[in-house]
Amino acid sequence: MEFLLQPLTLLTFFPLVGALAILFLKSEWKNAIRWVALVTTLLTFGLSLWALTMFDSTNPNLQLGKPYSWIQVAGWDIQYYLAVDGLSILLVLLTGLLTPISILSTWTAVEDRVKDFMVFFLLLEVGMMGVFLAQDLFLFYIFWEFTLVPMYFLIGLWGGPRRIYAAVKFFLYTMAGSILMLLAILWLGIEGKTFSVPQLIAQGGIPANIQMWLFIAFAAAFAIKVPMFPLHSWLPDAHVEAPTAGSVILAGVLLKMGTYGFLRFNLPLFPEATVQAAPWIALLATIGIIYGAAVSYAQADVKKLVAYSSVSHLGFVMLGLFALNAQGVTGAILQMVNHGVSTGALFLLVGMVYEQTHTREIKVYGGLWKLMPVFGSIMLISALSSMGLPGLNGFVGEFTILLGAFGSKAIGSPWYAGVSAVGVILAAVYILYMFQKMFLGPAGEVAKEHELKDLNWREILTVAPLLVLMFWIGLYPAPFINLIAPAVEKLVIGY
Amino acid sequence: MQLDFTDFSIILPPTILIAWACALLLVDLFVPKERKGITAFLAALGLALTLGFTVTQIGREATGFNGMVTLDGFAIFTSALILVSGLLGIALACGYLKRMGIERGEYYSLMLFSVTGMLLMTQASDLIIVFLALELLSIPLYVLAAFARPNLQSEEAGLKYFLLGSFSTGFIVYGIALVFGATGTTSLSGIVASTPSLILTIGAALLLIGFGFKIAAVPFHMWTPDVYQGSPSAVTAFMSSGAKIAGFAALLRVFALAFPNLSADLTAVLWALSALTMIVGNFTAISQTDIKRMLAYSSIAHAGYILMAFVPFGNKDVVATSVAAGLFYLFAYVLANFGAWSVVIALEKSEGKGLEISDYMGLAKKYPALAAAMAVFMLSLIGFPPTLGLAGKFYLFRAAVEGGFTGLAIIGALTSLVSAYYYLRVVVNMYMREGDPTVEREPWLDITAAVTAVATVALSVVPQWLFLLAGSAVLKLF
Repeated sequence: MEFLLQPLTLLTFFPLVGALAILFLKSEWKNAIRWVALVTTLLTFGLSLWALTMFDSTNPNLQLGKPYSWIQVAGWDIQYYLAVDGLSILLVLLTGLLTPISILSTWTAVEDRVKDFMVFFLLLEVGMMGVFLAQDLFLFYIFWEFTLVPMYFLIGLWGGPRRIYAAVKFFLYTMAGSILMLLAILWLGIEGKTFSVPQLIAQGGIPANIQMWLFIAFAAAFAIKVPMFPLHSWLPDAHVEAPTAGSVILAGVLLKMGTYGFLRFNLPLFPEATVQAAPWIALLATIGIIYGAAVSYAQADVKKLVAYSSVSHLGFVMLGLFALNAQGVTGAILQMVNHGVSTGALFLLVGMVYEQTHTREIKVYGGLWKLMPVFGSIMLISALSSMGLPGLNGFVGEFTILLGAFGSKAIGSPWYAGVSAVGVILAAVYILYMFQKMFLGPAGEVAKEHELKDLNWREILTVAPLLVLMFWIGLYPAPFINLIAPAVEKLVIGY
Repeated sequence: MQLDFTDFSIILPPTILIAWACALLLVDLFVPKERKGITAFLAALGLALTLGFTVTQIGREATGFNGMVTLDGFAIFTSALILVSGLLGIALACGYLKRMGIERGEYYSLMLFSVTGMLLMTQASDLIIVFLALELLSIPLYVLAAFARPNLQSEEAGLKYFLLGSFSTGFIVYGIALVFGATGTTSLSGIVASTPSLILTIGAALLLIGFGFKIAAVPFHMWTPDVYQGSPSAVTAFMSSGAKIAGFAALLRVFALAFPNLSADLTAVLWALSALTMIVGNFTAISQTDIKRMLAYSSIAHAGYILMAFVPFGNKDVVATSVAAGLFYLFAYVLANFGAWSVVIALEKSEGKGLEISDYMGLAKKYPALAAAMAVFMLSLIGFPPTLGLAGKFYLFRAAVEGGFTGLAIIGALTSLVSAYYYLRVVVNMYMREGDPTVEREPWLDITAAVTAVATVALSVVPQWLFLLAGSAVLKLF
């Protein structure tokens, strides 16, 4: 029973305690339920910070946990193994931070079935933490699939008008990818006699032709989640229909599970296949960057615009990962965090104005900056951060990625980076277009129909941590990079 | 030939149960009409006692009656599972029969007779015993299917089941005859020792067809949806679990023990049977609007998954793993299946109302616990965490990959995705649409739903002992 007191076990399953506590509250006690959920997630964030204090950033290996035998029957060796290293520590912190923020954002937005909502949200956090911490393939698969269930309910129960369609599409798309991964996991387990990731990596020696099949099977699951072009069509539906908090988590954390999967499994487990696939992935990533940006520009719905911008941003992350050098991968990890912060903030802000107006059509807005000055300013900062303005976080990530991709041996041609750089400009186009239409100029129709109120203290408090991070990473990224660097060095040393 | 107590001790559980069933027929005469709950209780007591005796046999390995019956880990595991199904079947039936106005005491005796046949089936190591057990388990089921007479649908179900069941028995008898003609023996150990011949292969193929009917494998599944839909739901729940376990037990024992030499010919057939069953079962289930029909097709599909464990039956290195995987999956399936049927029965009204999938709309708002349980069962049938279904599929696919049938595992994985679509529809209706369903709150239904749901989730977190149990249930090969 010693494993129960492991710091990472506490971190992963603490939200479950909150969920159980909520089950005992009456559904009419909405505020009590909200407070329990908020306090639980804040404590979970505290636990993730506690893990950070114990984390040794000079050590490139897995830390803070050790394997325990879970299922051990003839030929089976499944471990309960949670651990963290430089590749995942930031994502764990991001998950810890974004969950209470999302819950705070639902304070007035979710009035219907608050109890169920919070229970699902806390279960979702368990799944996300588990995904980033699990070091055994079977355990990872359980967490990976499990995140689908609460998210499916969040979209399907509290979403917009087409929520059922979006929820089922989200579920089936994601499951389609992961079911192939399951078979690849089985193959690895049978051949390697273990499901432990570090052990499998140490063993190595998978024949090159089989590596490619396994790579594809894993990549199918992760590429759908990222989502990479052309597997992205579930994303706009899920994002548009999801409630605000769901969108924040979806963009902020769930998509990162895909890129993290590439980083944690594909790169170290199938090195030869990775090298072979790198130019192709880079090509798809580049297409995704340009395509996502172009489609964003064409959107009439502001939430859809932000959703498609994710396709573009995640393209950068993929490009950085498959540059397979220290710069590219470091930039990619940093950009995962950046995207969570900036896009998370954008979804929060869109949700805040939607709560007042109940419309997301860009053209009915206008002159919001004058009407809601605080809101306008925060939106401007988030938008600039998202498009990668120097001095804010997005720039640091994208610039590092492009540097890495330019000099990448694996990608083989500087053209991908060159074309992707155009994506940065396109990002400026659609983001500024959105900002101009909604926030500048004369007041739009919406202002006549609704008495628009500026953000209240709760709402400012919700986005404030994200604003701090935008400046912090933008101006002084060293502490973050120091956390990542040793693990990345160790990862790319073989390439 | 001398028979002593050892011989009888080997078939102690079926012996006890059949004596109990005969006694119950008589006792029931003295149970007043409005208190048939007593009969149900007595039947459950008999099953529980038999289960107790079965458990005491764990670890024993023996053959008796000149090798006609065998006691091994495999028989004990499947027997225990069948007895648990019987208990759950009674829990579902007692309130349901009363509510539907078809409460008659012989229901429980018939069930016990059928269970006896199933128990014998798991131990049969001679084709004659297989046949005997098959008839003993089937004939009461035909009667049970028509139990809601004069309800036309139920009568039709009974007749259809009887006709097609007899037809399939014909195949089995003919198969046994050919096998006997080819080898001069009906004992499994004798058959495996004889030289393979064309006649033997044809005999084995006919047996496969006959069993294919019993376990509802495509293309021998045509009777299943009608019978499952027409029979009283409590009967269907029992039939779709118990009869399936027994059918699989016999199929597995006969093929792994008697016909491993024919695997060159039969593996491809089993492969195709398994793939077809998964594909047709899952795709046809999509278009169903009646929950009983949907579950019928789902049970066909699951037969396909379990068949996957049979495909490597001739490969001595992996047969132990794949048998264990098949049994593990059966266990997970039986739990989720009974759970799902308990919810179906809770929603069913007289005259076949309350059985549309659309009748589940809004269930979660009114009865959150019941809906949550149903969601767990649906997730388990898909094979999703945190339920036992995932562990089951994982184990099963592993056996298939290990046996060298990766293609079959891929088909299994992709059809699971298809199944997600129709299982989710129930969840969508329960949680995401508005409606006003009414539910019968019967204590035994609630208990069954709660126990199976909790077990489905809890066992997926601590599956170690279940894996060990299934792993110990290996067939003793000759």
